[in-house]
Parts: sequence; C-alpha cells; structure tokens
Amino acid sequence: MQLVLEKRAEQSTAAALVSPLVAIAATLATMSLLLALLGKNPAAALIVYFVDPLTDGYSLQEIAVKATPLVMIAVGLALCYLANAWNIGAEGQFLIGAVAGSWIAVKTQGTDAGHWVLPAMLASAAIAGALYALIPAIGKVRFGASEILTSLMLVYVAELFLDYLVRGPWRDPAGFNFPTTAEFDPVATVPVLVEGGRLHLGAILALLAVAAAAVLLGRTLKGFEIRVVGAAPRAARFAGFDPDRAILVTFAVSGALAGLAGIIEVAGPIGHLQPGISPGYGFTAIIVAFLGRLNPVGILIAGLFLALTFIGGEQAQIAMKIPLDVTKVFQGILLFYVLACDSLILYRFRFISKSPGVLRGTG
Amino acid sequence: MRNGFLAAVAALLLASGVSGAASAADKLKVGFIYLGPIGDLGWTYQHELARQAVVKEFGDKIETTYLENVAEGPDAERAIEQLVRAGNKLIFTTSFGYMDPTLKVAKKYPNVHFEHATGYKRDKNMSTYSARWYQGRYIQGQIAARMSRAGVLGYIGSFPIPEVISGINATILGAQSINPNVKVKIIWANSWFDPPKEADAAKALIDQGADIIMQHTDSPAAMQIAAERGKLAFGQDSEMIKFGPQSQLTSILDTWAPYYISRVKAELDGSWKEQDTWGGLETKMFEMAPYTNMPDDVKKMAEETQAAITAGKLHPFKCPVVAQDGTTVECKGGDHLDDGQILGMNFYVKGVDDKVPGK
Repeated sequence: MQLVLEKRAEQSTAAALVSPLVAIAATLATMSLLLALLGKNPAAALIVYFVDPLTDGYSLQEIAVKATPLVMIAVGLALCYLANAWNIGAEGQFLIGAVAGSWIAVKTQGTDAGHWVLPAMLASAAIAGALYALIPAIGKVRFGASEILTSLMLVYVAELFLDYLVRGPWRDPAGFNFPTTAEFDPVATVPVLVEGGRLHLGAILALLAVAAAAVLLGRTLKGFEIRVVGAAPRAARFAGFDPDRAILVTFAVSGALAGLAGIIEVAGPIGHLQPGISPGYGFTAIIVAFLGRLNPVGILIAGLFLALTFIGGEQAQIAMKIPLDVTKVFQGILLFYVLACDSLILYRFRFISKSPGVLRGTG
Repeated sequence: MRNGFLAAVAALLLASGVSGAASAADKLKVGFIYLGPIGDLGWTYQHELARQAVVKEFGDKIETTYLENVAEGPDAERAIEQLVRAGNKLIFTTSFGYMDPTLKVAKKYPNVHFEHATGYKRDKNMSTYSARWYQGRYIQGQIAARMSRAGVLGYIGSFPIPEVISGINATILGAQSINPNVKVKIIWANSWFDPPKEADAAKALIDQGADIIMQHTDSPAAMQIAAERGKLAFGQDSEMIKFGPQSQLTSILDTWAPYYISRVKAELDGSWKEQDTWGGLETKMFEMAPYTNMPDDVKKMAEETQAAITAGKLHPFKCPVVAQDGTTVECKGGDHLDDGQILGMNFYVKGVDDKVPGK
C-alpha cells in the first residue's frame, strides 16, 4: 500500500470551503503545542493574538492602517497574476510612487500652496507607479524579457534612487545631515479619519480599490478578458483578446495602485520621505494576494488577517513576553498550512498498491 | 453606515482609554523599543544589558517590557504607542530613526516620559541621550597610528551622518597626533548591520594596504576577517575579543546602564525632567574594552590619553581644526569645537583621503 497525491478531475467544492478552516485549525493546534513548549498558556496567548486586538478601537484602527498598503498593492497584483503576468516588483513601484508624490510635497514646502497639493501628489504617485511598472511589461511584450526578473531588479533601482534623493537634494536642511526630508506641510498630508487616531483616508481608498477590482473582474468584459488571457491564452486569441495588451494594462494598474499605496504611507503615517518607508509591503502583498486566492474580497480578508497577526504579535510580546520570533514562526506555519490545504482542492490522497507505473502519472 | 462605524470606533476608543487608566499598576512600568533582534552582541544587545541592569537595580519596584526588531519606518509609531497603552510610563526608544515617531506619541501622551537615543528633537516629556564616542575614536586613532606598519588605516563607515563623520575625524586627529602621515581609507557599507558587506569591506581595505581595520558597523564580521588575515582591528559597540583574540586592540563599549538607572530613579522619585544628555568617558556613557594585543608602551599611552580625556584636559577636537580644503574651522567652543559643531559635523578634516558622500 502506498499513499499518492492524485489530481482531481474537477475542483472539489467541499475542499474549497473546508480547506481554510482546516488550515487555521492546524495552525492553532501547532501554535498551541509550540506555546506550551515555551511554558506559556496556549489559550491565553491565542486570545492575546487573535481576540484582544479585535476588541478595542485602537487596535482595530491599527489593523486597518497596517492592512491598507498590503490590500491596495495585493489587489493590483491579483489582476496581474490572473492575466498570467508576474509582477514581483510592487515594492519598487511603491517606492517610486512615494518619490513622485514626495517631489510635489518637497517642492511646495513652506509655500502657501493650497489644497490641490495632496490630490496632485496622489495622482502623480499613481502615474509614476504605472509608468515604472510598464518598463518590465514593455520589456516582456516587445523583447520577451522575463518580467519576473526585470520587475524584481527594478526594486533595487528604486530603493537606491530614493536613497540618493533623501541623502542629497531633498535632505532636510535642518536635519543634521540625517537622510530624511523635512516633515510635510499639512496640505501635503493624508488626513486622518478619527481625531487623534491614525486611521487615514488611505483605508477608504483601499476599500474602493477592492470594490472596483471586484466589479471589474466579476462584471465587465475587461475582467473576463484578463481571466481568459491568464487561464487559456489560445482561447483568448480566438476570442480576439490581445494577451500583450492584457499584460500592459494589468501591470499599469497594479503599478498605479502600488504607487498610490506608497505616497499614502509616506504622506500618512510616516509624514516625510526617508529610506526604509516600506517594511517589505510589496513582497508581503504577494503573499496577501495568494492567501486571498487572487479574489479582491479574499484579499481584503487576508490583508486584515495578516495585519492582525502583526498587531497581535506585538501585544503578545508586551503582555506575555512572547518573543517576536514566535510571531514570525507563526506566520510561516499559517502560510504553510494554507498552501498545503489548498492543494487538497486540486488533488486528493489515494492509497494504491505498489506499482511504479501509476506513480509516474502523479506529477 | 460610515458614520455609524466611526461612532463605534470613537466609542471603543473612549472606552479603552478609560479602562486603560483604571488598570494602571502600582509598579512603575518601563518600556524599551529595540531596533534589532537582541542577539548576543551589538547595538541592541547593549541596550538589553542596560535593561537587565535596571531590573537588577530596582527589582520589584518596576516592571520592564521591550519590543524588539522594530523597523524605523511606519511600524515604529504603533510599537511605541502599544507600550504606552500597556501602561508604560517611561519609554526608551533606542535608535535615531525613532525620533519623529517618538515625538508624535509624546505629543499625544503628555503624561508619559520618553527617552530617545541619539536624536535632536525634544519636548516637555521627551529627553534625548547619546554618548561622546568620538573620544574613544581619538584614543583608537592614536593606538592605530602606533600599531600600523603600513601607516594605512581601513575604516568601514555605516552612514555618512554627523556621528560617523565626527568619529572618522576624531580617529584621524588622534592618529595624526602620533604620525602626521597616516592615511585612512574609507568604505561605506550603507548599513549598520550587514555581515557579508562588512566582511567584503574589510577584505577590500586589507587588499588596498590597510593593516588596521576600524568600523562603525555593528557585526564582528570585520574582526573575523582581520583575524583570518593576521591584521589588527577595533571592535564596535560590544566586546568582540572572542572573534579576534589575537586581533582586537580595544573596542568602544556602549554602556547605557548608569544612564538608564539614573533616569528610572528620577522617574521613581518624581524628579524626571526633559533634558539633553551627551555623556562621555567622564560619565561612563561608554567605556573602552581592555587594551590588548599591543606592547606595554602603547597601552600606557592609550591609558594616559583616556585619563586626560576623562579629566577634561584633552579634547579630541581642540583648535585649530583644519578642514580637508585647508580652511581653519571656526573655533566656537573656546579652545575646542563646540557641541553644535560636532553634532552637525559634515566635513572631513585634513588628511582624509575621501569625499563626504552626498556633498
């Protein structure tokens, strides 16, 4: 007798529903074991991680703040990935958006520029992000260059460009030579939604992006085109859909969203441009996109959930002295189980008697 | 719908604020924000040692909490605020990049006291503290000049900020006081902690003829390379002798414990006030590791220099200080440069064979 993984003829609907629940249950079980081994009370720790942050307004706000850039970027990435276009460089588009928007903020600093500043910053960030994303997209459709590599490489170009600006031309003159711009003027700052809190306008924009993407994918011809191009390129050609155009459009849209997320982060929670404005949002968003199964609403949930683990992890450090590494292990375990359980939607276990002939077909 | 949501959030905020106040404990809660993981050496580790010293000193009277690996970006403000909301009344934020986030949280919670390391923005409830490491670098410069056969020192810089620039200048001035012809080669790692890059920098410097390696980065990688190649080196932040038993000349040790203990004490007896502390050898804000791998006369010289600096008889930036371009720097501090000139230092002194990046 032998256990093999066999591809299902059809996706199992039951497995699709049960899979996330199994993944969460398995994660909780593994975490409990780990926490018990560390000498912590698993039930109390899991409450600190998952329940406490959801029970007060402050933590809820912080979850939304943390999730905002992740969701915004991931929605754009999902469009790309559905069209079979692999944008790995959202981090770079995020940074370039931040730079382009900050340019307006820095240039209008100390002047009596009016309320047009913030909208102009948002618009220029989106445009810059889109243009930056079009570089690998054009390389792909014109020259067949791997967009995975080129978009990833451009992340480092963007990082160093930002670094140059804040250490050189845009450095705060009163900042003792430290690499940061001066704090942005109020008209160049993303407004907060609750007085004294940190929840800002960006959260609303992220929700709008989710809604727009859901409508686009579910209700429009363009959305259908994107999905067909990704799933069946040949069929797409027969239907008159141009795969190259789909790549260009999805890259541009995801670049625009990443750029927008970048300026919102800089002009919102941070308040000035500096190196290290992103703790890897562009890369974490790839995980969020897949955790959400490339579905806009799924991405919203996945982004909020991942944000919850960050906030809960901090509170666990404070309340129960649980090291940060445990939180990271925990995020890793979660991803592992989610992906493992997802494979059960497409595959199933089967016991077979030993026979090398059958094994070959299992892929 | 949206208004309803906002109202709910606001109500929750109010409710949590009230309950937070009610559950304040009798013990003084002291919080720490760390830049890196604690590990077993380096910048964050030295702050952790000081925290442990605070715990040992005050025992049951206080309770400490730390958050480690807090990036100096958008997450910092939240991490600091989380400590406030957990009831910490005195919070140490231990890296430069926490300056603006600390200030924001300080403005929001006027009854909590903040201590920010190495920054320059202060408020009624926010102090700053740092150490005059340049004093130690002057001593290292003298030792290096005595120990180098080639007369070429290799220097691994982190970021070209004033603290690092003034460290390079103090090193050169110390070295020139022994041997006016000493040369310094600089490689910028553009990181505080990047072992492979630091190791590469050390290798490149040795290949360029340097026989003494000095660093303003955090890892022992350069020390290990020096040990491998049979060269001498200085540690940084922590004791690194175990990585180069035959190589380490000395190391600048961050010793925050006396300061942290004094500030917690002030908080406990109600005398805490906003202040700017920039301490040196005289207040044990940092210390020098034992002088090793050098002849007795060099060791004696180092100890004498250290004693002179500690006693205030010798200032590393004593006038005249001549800048790289040959101009004499204005002497604002009587017979030495004043603190403002050192804190904002953005020029090399004569003898540095490099250009200040971004200038």
